[in-house]
Amino acid sequence: MDLLRFITCGSVDDGKSTLIGRLLYDSKSILADQLEAIERATKGRDDGTVDLALLTDGLRSEREQGITIDVAYRYFQTPKRKFIIVDAPGHIQYTRNMVTGASNCQLAIVLIDARQGVVEQTRRHSLIASLLGIPHIVVAVNKMDLVGHSQNVFSDICIQYAELARNLNVSQVTYIPISALNGDNVVDRSTTMPWYDGLTLLDHLETIEVDEVASADAGAAGRFPVQYVIRPQTSELHDYRGYAGKITSGLFRTGDSITVLPSGETSTIDAIEIAGQHLTEATAPQSVVLHLATDVDISRGDLLVRSDGLPLTSQTVEAMLCWMDTKELRVGSKYVLQVGTARTRCSVREIVHQLNVNTYEKIEGVESLALNDLARVVLRTAQPVSFDPYQQNRATGGAILIDETSNVTVGALMLVGEA
Amino acid sequence: MDYLDQLESEAIHILREVAGQFERPALLFSGGKDSITLVHLALKAFRPGKFPFPLLHIDTGHNFQEALDFRDELANRIGERLIVRYVEDTIRIKKLKEPTGRNATRNGLQTFTLLDTIEEFEFDACIGGARRDEEKARAKERVFSVRDEFGSWDPKRQRPELWNLYNGRIHKGENVRVFPISNWTELDVWNYIQRENIALPSLYFAHERELLVRDGKLMATAGGVIKPEADDQLVTRTVRFRTVGDISCTAASESEAGTLDAVIAEIQATRISERGETRMDDQLSEAAMEDRKKGGYF
Repeated sequence: MDLLRFITCGSVDDGKSTLIGRLLYDSKSILADQLEAIERATKGRDDGTVDLALLTDGLRSEREQGITIDVAYRYFQTPKRKFIIVDAPGHIQYTRNMVTGASNCQLAIVLIDARQGVVEQTRRHSLIASLLGIPHIVVAVNKMDLVGHSQNVFSDICIQYAELARNLNVSQVTYIPISALNGDNVVDRSTTMPWYDGLTLLDHLETIEVDEVASADAGAAGRFPVQYVIRPQTSELHDYRGYAGKITSGLFRTGDSITVLPSGETSTIDAIEIAGQHLTEATAPQSVVLHLATDVDISRGDLLVRSDGLPLTSQTVEAMLCWMDTKELRVGSKYVLQVGTARTRCSVREIVHQLNVNTYEKIEGVESLALNDLARVVLRTAQPVSFDPYQQNRATGGAILIDETSNVTVGALMLVGEA
Repeated sequence: MDYLDQLESEAIHILREVAGQFERPALLFSGGKDSITLVHLALKAFRPGKFPFPLLHIDTGHNFQEALDFRDELANRIGERLIVRYVEDTIRIKKLKEPTGRNATRNGLQTFTLLDTIEEFEFDACIGGARRDEEKARAKERVFSVRDEFGSWDPKRQRPELWNLYNGRIHKGENVRVFPISNWTELDVWNYIQRENIALPSLYFAHERELLVRDGKLMATAGGVIKPEADDQLVTRTVRFRTVGDISCTAASESEAGTLDAVIAEIQATRISERGETRMDDQLSEAAMEDRKKGGYF
């Protein structure tokens, strides 16, 4: 059985938590004691309804304020597929948490309130989904019950969204009219919207063809960031030297020529091991141990690649940046850059432009960035870094910035190319 | 790729990140199914080398003998170092006040011993078998969860965690709790145990034992940990444990499931969550787990 990770994005009143509750409830994934717990928590409410949102808002302060602050993960399974739901906050203040949640997803559900149509939040969530390279978008037009289940309202919103999507890099958009509150077109087909002949949301999630996380880069060249060197140094395994890591994209076979980056030294693969078993080939996203035919200087932080498809290696890197710290970023500031398992110091040489998250306008002449700002930047690194453009390869094109003094992760980078 | 292969590879990757990023990690090992699964994953991550960390057990003194024997036997079989620290000692040395009364448990005192042990060995990372599907506060926690010098989790100041890039940089005195099987469900763990043929303590399978019925739950009389009171009814039943933790707060379930197949069938059919069925300590309040994590619990 395969696994689909998807994120739900919506703002405070779009009914995001209700939708997740509905998916879990109608697919019978909520257990009796969990339901009892939320029934207890909602006892005494005037309208006597059970608030399905309480299933996902796991923190005391979230329940108090009725909003989602940080990402929560929920798990459910149908006979067809396993799902990880990444429940992300919609409020602009928590954009960095949404980015955290979106980074590993293959699909995003963008919720739109049928009464409101496309709003600022829709534009921001869609931009983030597109920057993070999420290949599939589902536009779920919610609260159809509050607009008389009108086909015209739905069609207008589809047209509005298609207009927005034209400016974004998304490969596939699917539109579904739903009512999370009543369960229309979520798991069960709606009888109130006979004009809709597409799939229900769950049918769509169960049947959509998705590349696995790592092979979202199917066809991408072999990439293997070295995490750890296994050297038992015992008498019978005196010469054993295995490079442990996870294949982040592509395929490796014994006998393949490989290049070690950033040094550029070359060798060939002598053996591939998983838990002591020898294989002739391995593919992403397997965690393996590689052995090379010759002695090469390799340690954690090096990137092994197949020599027939080399990545870029450079000390000046251009990237899209999502700034995630309350302390502002200024041109000239220094950070630690982490790409794969490699870390090097870097400084921000230039802010090429900032991106207005609502109008998608490029703003030039910006000298600093505040929390949740998106911008295109140029970095100068202390050591050469090897990477792929993010839109070609998520695993070797994604990077983070770490503040050297607080040690906190302060930026997410989608690398674009050499500057 | 099958989802179990994906989850396995993700967990091995996380374990190796711990090895690559920290100087003094430890793997929290209790003899329960989740930490046994972690050990199995560590074997896959690091053999034929040694583990780059010891196994660490914080023993409340109220554990099932079967789990302790299993723990010692496993550590011995794989030839890895096991460190055990006792809540009993912390109570004695620090003159801690032990909870008393009808449903008293030492489970909360574990945190003191854990924090002392972290200090004693200067551990900078502790790997744990917690899963996000267990409980709603856990559903919010990062894979690399940075804790301050008091072990506290601050849910409002979690670091962003993107792709498979984990940031384990910390200041001296802080430590990181790492959860490699965050994305596994209870059923995933059982399916994996079956696929990999992983041995478990006998407690997980149906057996007959003496119990007392208290507040509708079946509590083990083993070791004399729970003192029977007048209105407790003593019974002998065929049961198994869905989770194996401290005797004082882990309830048994009536079950005839004597094999892995039967256990998996039972879990697939259940309408009650794992912690809801077995853990008394989570049922104290809506935010019991969140509060314990803020206090340094793993």
